[in-house]
Amino acid sequence: MVQYSSPRFDTAFGALADVTRRGVLEHLGRRDASITELADRFHMTLTGMKKHVGVLEQAGLVTTQKVGRVRTCRLGRSRLDEEAAWIERYRQLWEARFNALDKVIEDLKQKEEDDGRHANR
Amino acid sequence: MDDTRTGEGGRAETDVSRRSERELVVTRTFDGPARLVFDAWTTPELLMRWWAPKSFGITFISCEADVRPGGTYRFVFGHPQADQPATFFGRYLEVVPNRRLVWTNEESEDGAVTTVTFEEKDGKTLLVLTDLYPSKDALDAAMASGSIGGFSEQFEALDGLLAEIDAAT
Repeated sequence: MVQYSSPRFDTAFGALADVTRRGVLEHLGRRDASITELADRFHMTLTGMKKHVGVLEQAGLVTTQKVGRVRTCRLGRSRLDEEAAWIERYRQLWEARFNALDKVIEDLKQKEEDDGRHANR
Repeated sequence: MDDTRTGEGGRAETDVSRRSERELVVTRTFDGPARLVFDAWTTPELLMRWWAPKSFGITFISCEADVRPGGTYRFVFGHPQADQPATFFGRYLEVVPNRRLVWTNEESEDGAVTTVTFEEKDGKTLLVLTDLYPSKDALDAAMASGSIGGFSEQFEALDGLLAEIDAAT
């Protein structure tokens, strides 16, 4: 099983411990916003808001993308979440194969037993 | 990794972990001796019975496997949602009967080298499959592409759809 949870949860909880950052998440839940818009909305300096967004980004709660001079923030799945999801789908592929392989092995065993019985006659 | 782990319904569990930056490991125990499990991995007629899972909507079109060091394989699959069949091919690097298989995946330059080991204990076989990518970037890119084992997400989307239809009926 994939076990990325512990350190990630710590980072996420740390990120959520701040009232401004919770406000930012709530705001981004309604619509994407640039760092400038967020700074205005929360009456902060650009530098201060950049720091908060940085913490949220680190925790995988927010992703940002810079287009021209504007950095847009949105709620985001982190790379690690995506990796865990991919690994789970990869596991499902193998599991589906192996469940079918169980049946093949069962048949081969049965065939050997039958052949063995014939040989002993 | 020594004991047979069983999940719900007594079925053996399929475990996957990312062992390193460029390596994925799959483990599973089978209820049968290693020689039979090995046969199922190396005989085209048997491979065709399990490699393309029905639940993924994938069907085999052809399966060729010349299982010896340097020998090649070529699997061709069809899928109702794909215009073109998907072809998987590569070479066997190592073949140790009933114990070990190593092959390349050459559909892309950044394909993994797959190693499968078969370890028999008390009539059961522990299978360990490792996909080793040429670099961290190659594995990251494989994950980012969204395709699984070379099958695109499109293939799985149908799987999800089938599951929904199943659930609804």
